[in-house]
Parts: sequence; C-alpha cells; structure tokens
Amino acid sequence: MIGPGIKGQRLVALFLLGVLLLNYPLLNLFASDGRILGVPVLYAYVFSAWALVIALMALVVEKRGD
Amino acid sequence: MLSAPVIVVTSFAYLGLLFAVAYYGDKRADQGRSIIANPYIYALSLAVYCTSWTFYGSVGRAATSGIGFLPIYLGPTLMAALWWYVMLKIIRISKQNRITSIADFIASRYGKSQALGGLVTIIAVVGVIPYIALQLKAISNTFSTVLQYPEVVVPDKQSAPLFLGDNTFYIAMLLAAFTILFGTRHLDATERHEGLVAAIAFESVVKLLAFVAVGLFVTFGMYSGFDDIFERASEITQMSALMTLGGQSGNYAAWASLTFLSMAAIMFLPRQFQVTVVENVDERHLYKAIWLFPLYLLAINIFVLPIAFGGLLRFPGGTVDADMFVLTLPISEQRPLLALFAFIGGLSAATGMVIVETIALSTMVCNDLVMPVLLRMKALRLTERPDLSGLLVGIRRGAIVMILVLGYLYFYLAGEAYALVAIGLISFSAVAQFAPAIIGGIFWKGGTRAGAVCGLAAGFAIWIYTLLLPSFAKSGWLPITFLSDGLFGTELLRPQQLFGLYGLDDITHCLFWSMLINVGCYVGISLIKGPGAAEHGQATVFVDAFRHAGVTPGSRFWRGSASVHDLQLLLGRFLGPERAREAFSAYAHGRGVKSMEALEADASLVHYAESLLAGAIGSASARVMVASVVDEEPLGLEEVMNIIDEASQALAHSRQLEQKSRELEEATNELRGANQRLQELDRMKDDFISTVTHELRTPLTSIRAFSEILNDNPRLDHPQRAKFLGIIIKESERLTRLINQVLDLAKIESGNAEWHSGEIDLREVVEDSLTAVSQILQDGNIAVETDLPDQLPIIVADRDRLMQVMLNLLSNAAKFCNRANGRISVGVSRNGRDLRVDVSDNGEGISPADREIIFEKFRQAGDTLTQKPKGSGLGLAISRQIISHFGGSLWVESRPGSGSTFSFTVPVKAGTLASSWPEPAAVR
Repeated sequence: MIGPGIKGQRLVALFLLGVLLLNYPLLNLFASDGRILGVPVLYAYVFSAWALVIALMALVVEKRGD
Repeated sequence: MLSAPVIVVTSFAYLGLLFAVAYYGDKRADQGRSIIANPYIYALSLAVYCTSWTFYGSVGRAATSGIGFLPIYLGPTLMAALWWYVMLKIIRISKQNRITSIADFIASRYGKSQALGGLVTIIAVVGVIPYIALQLKAISNTFSTVLQYPEVVVPDKQSAPLFLGDNTFYIAMLLAAFTILFGTRHLDATERHEGLVAAIAFESVVKLLAFVAVGLFVTFGMYSGFDDIFERASEITQMSALMTLGGQSGNYAAWASLTFLSMAAIMFLPRQFQVTVVENVDERHLYKAIWLFPLYLLAINIFVLPIAFGGLLRFPGGTVDADMFVLTLPISEQRPLLALFAFIGGLSAATGMVIVETIALSTMVCNDLVMPVLLRMKALRLTERPDLSGLLVGIRRGAIVMILVLGYLYFYLAGEAYALVAIGLISFSAVAQFAPAIIGGIFWKGGTRAGAVCGLAAGFAIWIYTLLLPSFAKSGWLPITFLSDGLFGTELLRPQQLFGLYGLDDITHCLFWSMLINVGCYVGISLIKGPGAAEHGQATVFVDAFRHAGVTPGSRFWRGSASVHDLQLLLGRFLGPERAREAFSAYAHGRGVKSMEALEADASLVHYAESLLAGAIGSASARVMVASVVDEEPLGLEEVMNIIDEASQALAHSRQLEQKSRELEEATNELRGANQRLQELDRMKDDFISTVTHELRTPLTSIRAFSEILNDNPRLDHPQRAKFLGIIIKESERLTRLINQVLDLAKIESGNAEWHSGEIDLREVVEDSLTAVSQILQDGNIAVETDLPDQLPIIVADRDRLMQVMLNLLSNAAKFCNRANGRISVGVSRNGRDLRVDVSDNGEGISPADREIIFEKFRQAGDTLTQKPKGSGLGLAISRQIISHFGGSLWVESRPGSGSTFSFTVPVKAGTLASSWPEPAAVR
C-alpha cells in the first residue's frame, strides 16, 4: 500500500491549517460588517478558506511520484 | 397542478428508478463488472451524509444563526484530511477482520465482547432514532407543504391520531418496505450491497442538482445575484446581524463543538461507517474521496445562505418555517416543476439516509443484540437448526420495521419542539460517544473492555440526561420542571446546566460533560487494570493493522482441532448450504488444494470460517458459534502474551540477533585463539623437530666420525681402536636412549602411552630406585641420606613410570652434585592428601631464570653451546608429564650455590589414609 508517508503528513498539516483558519480567533478577524463583491466578509472568508483547504488536499492527494 | 396523485406517483416513480439503479448495480456486481468500483461513485456514496438536514435544515439553521450551520460540513472536511491515517486504518482493520458494523468493530477490538457489541448497538439505535425522526418529519412536512400548491401554507402542529390516522406513519412504513427490498433481499457474508451503493450515489447526484437548481433560481431568478440578496438583507438589521458571528465567546464554543461533533459523526454514524468502510471496494478509492467528498459538501452549501436570506426577504415576520424555504420559495414563485424537483431532491436526501442507516442498524441489532441472546437460549435449540439464514433475514427485517416505528414515535412525541438541525445534533452527540473507544482502540493498545464499556455507558447516560430527556420535557412529555428545577428539584442536577455549568448551548454542554466522563472512564479504567490476554491479542491486531499485511490475522492466536465437515455445516446454517459450499471450494481453490474434501481444518480455515460467519452474525457471535464446533485449547495468558505481542516479539527477535552476533563474536574470538594456539603449536613442533634432529645429529656425527677414522686407518693401534669403539658404543646408546625418550614423550603427550596403574608403596619405589643408582653413586663417591617413614599410605600409580621419575631425579642429582663432596638426600613426607618426595643435591643450584626452562623439552640449564650437555634434555619434561598424569606436580626449589631440591607429589589413594600415619614433622 502507499501508506501513511509524506502525503499523510502533508494532510495532517492541512488539517491543522484548516482548524486554524476556520476557528476562533482568526475567524473573529473577519466577523465584521463589510462586504467583498457584495458578499459579507465573513461568508466570503469562510468559503474561500474552505475551498483553499479542499484544493490543497486535492493537490496533495493527486500529486504523483510520492 | 401538483395534486396529491401527481406527487405520490412521481415519488413512487422516483423510488422505482432508484430500485432499478440498485438492481442494475447488483446485476453488474454478479457479473463481476462492478459499476461502483471507482472513487467517484465512492465519494458520491459518502454524501449520504447530506440528509434532509442538509437539504432543508441548513437553510432553517442559517435563517436563525447565519453561518452557524456550516461547522457541520467543515468538520468532515477537516476530518477527511486525517482519513489518510485514521479511516484507512479502520478500513484495513475491518477488511482483515470482516467487520460489518460499528458495533462489531468496537466489540471486536475489545476482545470480541458480546456485551460491548450490545451496548454499542443500543447507543447507536437510541442515538440515531431522533435523526430518523428528523427525516420522517422532513418528508411529512414537505409532503404536506407541496400538496398545498400554489398556496404557501405551513402545516400545523400534528393533531392527527397516532399511527393509522397519520400520514407520517405510512411514510415510515413505506420506507421500511423499501429498505427491506433494498437491503435484505439476500444475506451476504460481507454485508456489501453494491446495488444499494449505486442507488445512494445516484441519490447524491439528484439531491445536489435539486438543491443547486433551487439555489440558482433563488439567486439569479428571484434576485439578481449574490450581491443583490446580501445588499437587500443587510438593510434589515435583524438579518445583517446574521452576517457576523456576534462576538460572544459562546458562539465560538458552539462553533468548535459542532465542528468536533461532525468530525465524529462523519466517521461513526452507522450509515457513514456502512458506506465508508463496509461498502468500500478498494481502499485506494478513499484517497480521491479525501478531497472529492469535501468538494461535494462545499458545492451543496454554496446556496444555503442565499436561499435563507431570499426566504427571509420573501416571507418576513417568520410566518413560514425557514426549514421549508427550499420548497416554499419555488411554490411562492409559481414554479411547480422546480418545486416538484426540490421535493424529489429532499426525498432523495431523506430516503438515502433512512435506507442506509436502518440497514446498518438492523445488521447491528441482529448480529450484536438479538442473535447473541437467541444463541444463548438453549431452549430454542438454534444451534441444531440446519439453516438459519432465513431467521437472520427475518430478524433484520423486523429490526428495520422496529427502528422506523421508533423513529416515528420520536417524531410524534418530540419532533415538533425542535427544528430539523437541532434534532440531528442530538443524534450527533450520541454518536460522538463512540469516538474515544474507536480512536483510542486503533492507536492505543492499552484500552480495555472495562474501560470502553464504562466510558460508553457513562457518556451515553450523560447524553440521555442532558439531551434526550430534555427533548421530551420540551415537548411536554416530561414535566417542564425537570428542566427548570432539575431532578428531584435539585438545582445542581438541572439537565442543561449540570452542576451549575452556565453559558453553553445545550449541545456544547452535553458534549463537554459526556466527553469528560467518557474519556475519563475509558482512559482511567483502562489504566487501572490493564488488558487481559484476549483483549491484548485483539489490540495488537487492530493497532498494528498495517504491520499485519499479508498475514491472516487472528489465526496465529488459535490452537485446537476441528473438522472441515462441521465447519461447513455451521456455515451452511447461517449462510445457506449452497453458499457455504461455494465459500469452501473458493477457499480450497485459493489454497491450491484440489477439492474441498482434501482441505485440512487448520487454524487458517477455522479463521476463514469464523470471519465468513462474522459477516453474517457479527464477530462476537461468530466466535461463540465456531467455538461450539471446534475444540479450542485455551491459550494460557503467558502463551498469548508471548505469541501475540508483536512488539515484544520484535524485541525478542532483535535480542536473539544480538545474542547470536555476540555468540558469533565469541566463537570468532575462540577460533582466533585456537588458531593462535595452533600456530604456536605448529611453531613448537617445528622447534621440537629441529631440536630433535639437532640432538640426534650430535651422537650420529660422532659415531660417524669415529667409524670413518676406524675405516680409514686400519692400522690404528689396539688401545686407540678400543677407545674409539667404546665412544661409538656409548654414543649409539645415547642415541637409542634419546630416541626412546622422544617416543616415550610423544606417546605420553598424545595420550597413547600404556599405563599399568596399581596400588603401590612409595617407600618401596624410592628404595628400589636408590638401589638402581647405587653403582653410579658409589662411582661418584656420593653420600646418600634418606628420610623414609616406616609406614606410608598406598598410592595408585604405574610403578615403572614412577620408578622412571625417581631414577631421572636421582641421576640428575648425581650428575649435578658437588664433585668433591657429593651428597644427596631423599625424603618422603605427607603433605595434606598427597605424598611428597624430595630429592636434594648439594650442587651449584639453578638460577631462577632456568628453573622453569629445565622442564621444557631439550632445554638444559646453562649455556648448551659452550658446555657439553649432560643428558637428552627430555628427562624432566617426561617426568613432569608422568607426575601430572598421576594427579600430582613436579617442581624445583633452589638457591644458587647451595644445591637444588626437586619435589613431586602424588595423591594418596582415597580412603587409605592410615590412621597410624603420624602428622609429619618438617620434611627435612
């Protein structure tokens, strides 16, 4: 099996990144009234951070050669 | 346009389509061309996570708490990143051990405990029932809502009579029938349902499309894009408040606890375990699902907020239940087809969940709750029935109906008091109780059955007290004072402010207390009393799952005897005889054995049978059943510990290696030493030979020289000739003596010498030897002193050899004593258990340097180059060999200038220490 190797470790790092990005206190920085492109900052931030984490996970998993 | 018949027919048509997909999936699976064996279908099937909670409830939640609905999807996303370690291991373990449910998993981990399996099943069933009620409520409410088309009417609180008068009951029973059709058409040893997975994946597509369709319609049809909706919403204070988190810390605590809950739920909800682990075709599919599944979650959540705000703007004042916005918005805009599509999407979400969840639960109820009990009831004589597969299917069908009836009852009793999400969270909190036992179980060998039972039971009790009972109280089925005043009016026991813990929402409050108690009990009790032998074995199988690759797990821990026929009969009872026969032929084929009959009932076959059986009736029951036909020899604790502890084995192995290498090193050293000794011996032999040849050449040279003189001078006068002949004779004698001595020494050293040991009197030997040398002594005018006791104890020795030693010592003494005034003394004395003989002379003595040399072969004291040697140089070497053969020793003491004393000892024959023998005075 490919097994837990460097990919597993990268994914754990992404998990930690996700926990950090999507929790207090970073979340609180964006809990303000403003809007980006008409979307409330908080919503825009949460969805972007979420999408970022997923994209990075896809990159890590699909990267060949490990 | 949307009359009841249209809706009902459409619904049934959709369910029929689902069934066709499932049928096709099963058919393809039977042909060996699986349609679900790819990561995309796998990821879609995981999306069974998104139920009507997601489809309807998220919008409702968003309408009251803004982004607060989202942790339920962020948690699984984060958890997916850890799947590489966690889920992969669970899948591997489950495949290795044929685990078919979460109850089976936990029971199997903690020593195949039936009690634990039963407990987990009860928690799962009770915990998940609110969740099923949620689906029933969603279907029931949406059905009523869509029926009102084109009016937007929120259905009233249920006033219909229980059961037969209630639509929801019929919906529940329809779902039960449908689930039975899907899940229990036949009994599969692996509990895999390919067709079902195909149908679930299909449903996931339908619900995603339906939700996105409604989202697009609301965002871009009713309003002109995201910015328009949020722009309008922000103008209303009430709604703009939803766009931030509202700065209290409690919100972040709720956020974190919901994230944690959903992380546990995505792993441990029975249906998630079913699709992720049990239905997994190839563990490599998990890799792609790690990002595909979160992507699905992201996609289905993008339009939640726009729909929520769109609904709030469209129906101000809370007149319409926010949970129904997905349906009521298209209705209010007169879009019947979209409304119908939304209804079908919601139906998809709900039926998918109910079908998979009840199948998973019914497997658990059957395998871990009912069968263990039935098998124990001897009166039923179940173990003697030839075919139990029908009974198993019957139990599962009964369980499915029962679970849906319970779900309906919960819906009827408590469902109205809560929004959809709130009901679901109650279930999540129950399922989270499995987390310590499972996560601990796969990474920590120290977790014990007692710890797991206590942790689960305690956590479950807290959950009942702080979440389940309050939900009844809020619905009016328990006195509301239970909430406000606590149990027995004790304020500290208020279920949602337990022990005075304020400031947390009810979910976070329950999570805190239940996890505290659960983890505390699990870890604490595990540490107080370590795991037993069987638990330890299973712990090793689970924790070291990746290391067991290739080894049939478990079979190493088994010892006993069985017959192939019995095993096949047993399997036949639960799987059906035909299927059992197929399984055994497949096994024989895989083993390279010609026929089933030629199979041996060895450990691995028994394990194979047990794991097949575990697929049908759960590992704990399978263990009991197999044990009934197999004579198992219980392994002793010591043995089990020795066999199974992989770590200690590895350790022992490395210790063995170390020891081996140490032994090797020792052997090498010994060899090196032996080699050195050999080389030394070789050198000594060379020395010896060169010395011997040298010693032989000396007399030979003189014999030859005098012979040549005699030969060349025939007219040599007579006295001269006589003198020369005399020299020749003397040298020949010396040569003979030398050769004899060399042979003698060689014999003694090689152990080939002949010994004629007997009991002898040392005094006699000494006197005889003195007599033998008396002529030499007289010739040299040497005086002899003797000190011989009258009586001496008997010794055991070879008389001739001893004589040889005495003669050697006496002749040496005669040779080296003072020329003018020669004197020799001979004394015998007792020295402990030995007799000691001293032979002294009054010669020049021996220098300390020479005292050992003289005992070596061909070595003599003094400079042999300048002085004519006075002997062969072998006498003392031979003497020392002889004495050491008798068990004594020979040595010399000397003071240069005043003579030397050669002494030897011989042991007295045991038991003959004559009593008359006086303790001797000093020797001289």
